Amino acid sequence: MQLIRKFYYGDIPEETGGAAKPASTSSSSDWPLWEVFIRSKQGLEHKHVGSLHAADANMAIENARDVYTRRSEGISIWVVESKHIKTSNPEASAELYEPAQDKIYRHPTFYDLPDEIKHM
Amino acid sequence: MENLTFETHFQDKIDQEIKIEPRDWMPEAYRKTNIRQISQHAHSEIVGMLPEGNWISRAPSLKRKAILLAKVQDEAGHGLYLYAAAETLGLSREQMIEDLHSGRAKYSSIFNYPTLTWADMGAIGWLVDGAAIMNQVMLTRTSYGPYARAMVRICKEESFHQRQGFEILLVLSKGSEAQKAMCQDAINRWWWPALMMFGPRDTESTNSDMSMKWKIKRKSNDELRQQFVDMIAQQVTLLGMTLPDTELRWNEQRGHYDFGQINWEEFWQVVKGNGPCNKERLAARKKAWDEGRWVREAATAYAAKQKQKQKAA
Amino acid sequence: MTNSSLVDFTLYLADSTLVLGQRNGEWCGHGPVLEQDIAITNITLDLIGQARSFYQYAAKLIGNDCTEDRLAYWRNEREFKNGLLCERPNGDWAQTIARQTFFSFYQRELFTQLLNGSDSTLAAIAEKSLKEVRYHCRWSSEWICRLGDGTDESHQRLLNALDNLWPYTGELFIAAQYEKDLKIDTAGMSISWMTALSDLFAEATLPPPSLTSTFMHTGGKTGQHTESLGYLLAEMQYVQRSYPGCEW
Repeated sequence: MQLIRKFYYGDIPEETGGAAKPASTSSSSDWPLWEVFIRSKQGLEHKHVGSLHAADANMAIENARDVYTRRSEGISIWVVESKHIKTSNPEASAELYEPAQDKIYRHPTFYDLPDEIKHM
Repeated sequence: MENLTFETHFQDKIDQEIKIEPRDWMPEAYRKTNIRQISQHAHSEIVGMLPEGNWISRAPSLKRKAILLAKVQDEAGHGLYLYAAAETLGLSREQMIEDLHSGRAKYSSIFNYPTLTWADMGAIGWLVDGAAIMNQVMLTRTSYGPYARAMVRICKEESFHQRQGFEILLVLSKGSEAQKAMCQDAINRWWWPALMMFGPRDTESTNSDMSMKWKIKRKSNDELRQQFVDMIAQQVTLLGMTLPDTELRWNEQRGHYDFGQINWEEFWQVVKGNGPCNKERLAARKKAWDEGRWVREAATAYAAKQKQKQKAA
Repeated sequence: MTNSSLVDFTLYLADSTLVLGQRNGEWCGHGPVLEQDIAITNITLDLIGQARSFYQYAAKLIGNDCTEDRLAYWRNEREFKNGLLCERPNGDWAQTIARQTFFSFYQRELFTQLLNGSDSTLAAIAEKSLKEVRYHCRWSSEWICRLGDGTDESHQRLLNALDNLWPYTGELFIAAQYEKDLKIDTAGMSISWMTALSDLFAEATLPPPSLTSTFMHTGGKTGQHTESLGYLLAEMQYVQRSYPGCEW
């Protein structure tokens, strides 16, 4: 079944239905993927901003500088090869994250205090 | 049965405006549609560097040269963000690039039109980027998380592109007679192709539109196109120029501008590869990629040697 | 110090950075990989930015409503003072990297001198530009290592590039009259330039450079160029010249 017959900008169907195969094995000219984390200013944490390809760590940092800080978005960069990142399984999210939901006493708003106390 | 539950759960998330992330379960067709759309979008950015890149060496002032370089460079960046978003769906960038070069994957047809004068830099910024932005703003709310995030970043950066385009035309429109003529000529040539960027009319689409159901897309072709015409019809008066459409007029009843027939035959010819520059564009991309192979290989080899040295040390 | 020497020297700085920027700009959209396309365009933007600062200063020294564009777009082949190295065609990535390395290493020495020189405007431009140049040195050095110590093919291509471009490096260290007037110590620069390159080449498994062994081309600093500059300028300048007196 052809699902999409509409043609949007950037959505022209390919005869073969797109190239949805698993990632092909990388050849010697295909550089590994890196994840980029940027500290936008002193005092803030490094935050994930995206990814890019680079042959080595130095190049990854420089590429990150050129790609992700063109408009002065950062003052410090971390890079890590994507393959080293371990992700929690989304199918386990119920057992991982839902047990925290009923522990509302961990939040300050759980406690009723007299109005006279302005800051606590 | 199993799949049906997954699918219901998936659609629930979409309906509740919860983003889909790379490792979440998704229907195969959703994955394919996203890969196709995101990679086409990425290819469009990369091929889109070429028509404007033409004029970097000929920009008429140093200021314009710097602006144009920065703009074309942004497009490379946008292609990069989008390739990375598509890669989260399990396709390597190299594979996507090979699909582009083999003709399997497409890119926006607009970039198969030639850039003939400096005014084309203005017209592309104003009309082509203007049309793209309408689509892209919509896509910041698309359901696939990495795509939406890439679009947010892109839209933020993209805002200077349309402005610089309009400014180029504004300066020309206030210039000499020759400059004014150059300005009008560029508008005449880019107007209809820009309208085609939104795709065929909604009535020509008979299928149920999964793309809308899955909130990959959120507005129809005609909606976006109308929005664009309404905006540009206003702005063109500020330039003291006209749009090449004798049927263009304000319709009080609809609250929109009416406009003339798009030449769909031309649109399909360009999609099929018969546009003015299809062959040149692909050839340029292939050449860059093929001639870059030894460079990429050298960097890989060097990185491997360095790793080896570190281990030995 | 005469004003005309200062103007000439400033134009030499401006022309060199503009012409190299123009060359590097040809890579935009055609780089070997997307990330490096972006990287070299960043360097191009730095070079064009430096050129503009120098042209603006030269225009101010000249006076009479002179502008940066007047100087960039309305001077001919024989008036351009850029080093010959800057106008050499891009060739392959190895040629481009070799050219950038030679030039960035040279700029680092030159700008360090200007920083301590007597002209405060040039010193200010040099100070700002040095940050960029240090990055260009780092970026191109890393590429010299990757190509030199990468594959057999990249090693060979880089050797060809170095051979090809080497004869255009000598004139950078031969003082033109305007440099002599301004007491630019080209000989001193040549020594530190050579030392830095030798270290880099050793790291990149390349044979050491030698400034004395080869014939050197000269003439760029005084407006006598290779054939390729004329084409470069014709393309760069044509819009301005086809529509004289227009704003863009």
